[in-house]
Amino acid sequence: MSRTARLRLFLTAAAVLAAGLIAAAGELPGFGGPQHPYGERAVAAGLAQRTANIVSSVNFDQRAFDTLGEESILFASVLGAGMLLRLARDERKRRPAAEPVLPTTRLFGATLLPITLLTGGYLVAHGQLSPGGGFQGGVVLATALHLAYVAADYLVLKRIRPLAVLDVADALAAGAFAALGLIGLASGAGYLANTLPLGTFNQLSSSGLVAVVNATVGVEVGSGVVVLLAHFLDQAVEVVPRRRSR
Amino acid sequence: MTDTLIVIALLLTAVTATTAALTRDPVRQAAVLVLLGLCLAVLFTVLQAPDVALSQLGVGSAITPLLILLTVRRVRREEHPDDRPDRSA
Repeated sequence: MSRTARLRLFLTAAAVLAAGLIAAAGELPGFGGPQHPYGERAVAAGLAQRTANIVSSVNFDQRAFDTLGEESILFASVLGAGMLLRLARDERKRRPAAEPVLPTTRLFGATLLPITLLTGGYLVAHGQLSPGGGFQGGVVLATALHLAYVAADYLVLKRIRPLAVLDVADALAAGAFAALGLIGLASGAGYLANTLPLGTFNQLSSSGLVAVVNATVGVEVGSGVVVLLAHFLDQAVEVVPRRRSR
Repeated sequence: MTDTLIVIALLLTAVTATTAALTRDPVRQAAVLVLLGLCLAVLFTVLQAPDVALSQLGVGSAITPLLILLTVRRVRREEHPDDRPDRSA
């Protein structure tokens, strides 16, 4: 396709998209106004299920089925990336050499790694109570682990990263979300319906199924991101083309 | 007061996003993406969506730039197979 044709195609598509977006935005309630039709319904439904964090209530109770789809997409992407980045026949692994690290960087990493791990764990555990949740906490947990790569080197990261366990945990947690939906089905309320005991509002044990599903998402996202980054790190640090015999 | 904050955050986001789109070198783009992630996190926070801000901070400012940098490192090594990165120390 020539440059002008490409530009023309882009401008047409952009104009159609802009027209659609402007037409849709006209129907929305005013920015920052007192009317929140969706918010009011979601908050009422969330409070009725004793879930303090309404976003978690929407994600794991009111629209849990949507989240199941999103988690499956994440799982499938990690799986797909892992398959694409497998060791090919003409590649081999070499032992990466240790790189020198500035003492300040080392101190920074050693201080922040436990704090970040704790923050991630807190975000997952309090997903039903405060802003955050399984996805955010999982990502923070996964990034925390990689501070070892920044502050020390790849070999240290490999030692503290139980890759085989995380590989299995990723798959199990992704499956657990789908399996937990069966609780609602078994009690006759419908797939992924929140039928577990709801507990006391604003307590760690409150919100029934939300807390459990939130925890499985935390495990899935945390281990999934570590596995994904492990494949990319392998490719960048360890994998080299096999030397041809000459 | 909040409106001013929102406008500032929106402007910062627009500027960094445009810079990211105009940056051609992937390594520089990764650095700009870190800034863009931070600006978006600030924007989401002033719009009272701390959940989304947290996701943005983790995915946009940490994981995406790291994936880009790792990919660039791998691709560049393939382009110059002679300078071996593992200097046997």
